Amino acid sequence: MSQRAPLLDAFLSALVALGLFAPMVGLQTTVGVHGIVLVPRPFAVAALVGAVFVLRLLVRLWQARRPPEHAGVGRIGRAFAGLGPYLVPALLAAALLMPWFANRATIDLGVLVLTYVMLGWGLNIVVGLAGLLDLGYVAFYAVGAYSYALIAENTGLGFWSCLPAAGALAALWGITLGFPVLRLRGDYLAIVTLAFGEIIRVVLLNWVSLTGGPNGISGIPRPTLFGLRFTMSDEPGTFAGFFHLAPSPMQRQIFLYYIILVLALLTNWVTLRLRRQPLGRVWEALREDEIACRSLGINITTTKLTAFAVGACFGGFAGAFFATRQGFISPESFTFMESATVLAIVVLGGMGSQLGVVLAALVMIGGPEMFRPLADYRMLIFGLALVVMMVLRPRGLVTERRPSVTLRRNAGAIPAAMIAEGRG
Amino acid sequence: MAYALQQLINGITLGMIYGLIAVGYTMVYGIIGMINFAHGDVFMIGAFLSLIALSGLASLGITAVPLALAITLVFAAALAALYGWTIERVAYRPLRGSFRLAPLISAIGMSITLQNFAQVSQGARVKPLAPLLPGGLVLSHGEGFAVQLSWMQIAIALTTVLCLGVFTWLVTRTPLGRAMRACEQDLKMASLLGIDINQTIGLTFVIGAALAAVAGLMFLLYYGAIDFYIGFVAGVKAFTAAVLGGIGSLPGAVLGGLLIGLIETFWSAYFSVQYKDVAAFSILAITLVFLPTGLLGRTDVEKV
Repeated sequence: MSQRAPLLDAFLSALVALGLFAPMVGLQTTVGVHGIVLVPRPFAVAALVGAVFVLRLLVRLWQARRPPEHAGVGRIGRAFAGLGPYLVPALLAAALLMPWFANRATIDLGVLVLTYVMLGWGLNIVVGLAGLLDLGYVAFYAVGAYSYALIAENTGLGFWSCLPAAGALAALWGITLGFPVLRLRGDYLAIVTLAFGEIIRVVLLNWVSLTGGPNGISGIPRPTLFGLRFTMSDEPGTFAGFFHLAPSPMQRQIFLYYIILVLALLTNWVTLRLRRQPLGRVWEALREDEIACRSLGINITTTKLTAFAVGACFGGFAGAFFATRQGFISPESFTFMESATVLAIVVLGGMGSQLGVVLAALVMIGGPEMFRPLADYRMLIFGLALVVMMVLRPRGLVTERRPSVTLRRNAGAIPAAMIAEGRG
Repeated sequence: MAYALQQLINGITLGMIYGLIAVGYTMVYGIIGMINFAHGDVFMIGAFLSLIALSGLASLGITAVPLALAITLVFAAALAALYGWTIERVAYRPLRGSFRLAPLISAIGMSITLQNFAQVSQGARVKPLAPLLPGGLVLSHGEGFAVQLSWMQIAIALTTVLCLGVFTWLVTRTPLGRAMRACEQDLKMASLLGIDINQTIGLTFVIGAALAAVAGLMFLLYYGAIDFYIGFVAGVKAFTAAVLGGIGSLPGAVLGGLLIGLIETFWSAYFSVQYKDVAAFSILAITLVFLPTGLLGRTDVEKV
């Protein structure tokens, strides 16, 4: 922490900001008739530099007023810990009841948030439990989505019949990815998984005869409720016709919402159950210390592969749901940004914390939607917010963990800082 | 044969651009052990700064190509260095000593920020630039195919060699380089011995960003068009190059860059241009299966 006077410090920051913004913001390159023309924008630069000055000054004055908090569990963490027993049922009840009171846009947003909650929980198995850094999780999401779309297109099967196949194929790809990277550690693993995600995307983009290339696949069948279709007519065989309701697009929306809610809760339930079983315990042991695992006779190969496979499987389910919700998929939906977002949700939630994933998904997916009127500036704010949140809370939103295995009953929560992050 | 020779020239040119970016990745990784995801975007910012400088100089009437290029190089490198320093100061330094994934996410956030910053401030359209150095040396005319070594490629090769030369001198012969190597070996020990590690790490980012800006200028000159998205693709390729060469190893980064450039160029020339990324990534994966620490990387011994 620098010891300069706040005013001087703010002045220096403003000077740096001037250097950063003067050319990039102050001189806009526009394509003219005779090549590039520069359009000066001095006022924008002045405003930005002024903003940096004021912000830096405020931050310094605020820091001087109260000493930084060093405790592992911050104030927010303590607040959540107090709320702990009520927060989960409250969130669950809110999620269950939400469609009955919300309008269509909110339900759409709810579906989106829940999709990311499910992806976050799926990735949490790989990253949070087994400690394997996966930067290409979107690949399994894509495999699930394309598996469902292609199977449905070529065989005429419905969503529910294809869902297990989509999950199984994604799991298969998880194992396929897992094999070559078994020996890799840390960032080598990260880059190979990232490369894998890009390979899948490039293949989807260029294998036009199978995947339709950049045009994607459209007309993907919608899910049915025990064979009842959701359409805008009330003939027999549709949901509205069977229950003698007025057909409304809201019905399908609410149905989709409950599908993803059930799928997400299934992911959570499986994860929580697995954590209590030998497999989950071995994952956590692997995260804590790989060498100790080896010396205890644990088969590292199968442990890592199952983590990849189970995580990928849930990614595949989420992908199939994404395909059926959109009715249209193209490689554009499966870029690295998606992997980064899901990983950010897991890390920001506090690695390994199931509740944290939910809160982080609400913040990260719900937040940018609120900024939608800002259009171009939305992603800029998203990026900045990501940096600020990580700097303020490097251990994530939920910084306490309940241990999976304890000797005594009612053992207390432990700070997340005590949990290893894995080296894989 | 002539065709292959031409591809070799093109591949080496591309590889040099990748190599320059990869040096920044590998240097940061060597010292603080993090993937600086925003590095590719600093390269993109460098390309934009170069475009602004070149356009500005043209409107000021400075049209002598060597002079304009020299001024642009210094301008872009200096300002990109400022970006590198600021990024480290704002997004990474507060997270040093935190757990491994926190700076990674912060870096991804920084990368998104820089990309959208460029999009908002400079517009989303592709910016073209008329070729500054047209023409070149025709090496052979055989078989109805002229092998050409363009002035631009010569300029890129010379600049890269010059930059890497200065950089090597900096790392091996100066007190700063010694401090950097010390930090790379053991950060805590270096700080105990009185090395200002904050300053050293800050300067590492400055040097890496300056090299990335040089690569950005060369990318702009070579391809003649940039947009705000070039940073991601080039960044991933350069990071692949750094890992292929063995992350943390400086000669490895240049070697990896050249290899990735050659693989891409030859694959595009003889097989299919669409799958060039698949080829590069597959070779990376295959190499890592047999050499888990890259071509020139050291295997770190884990003490129990």
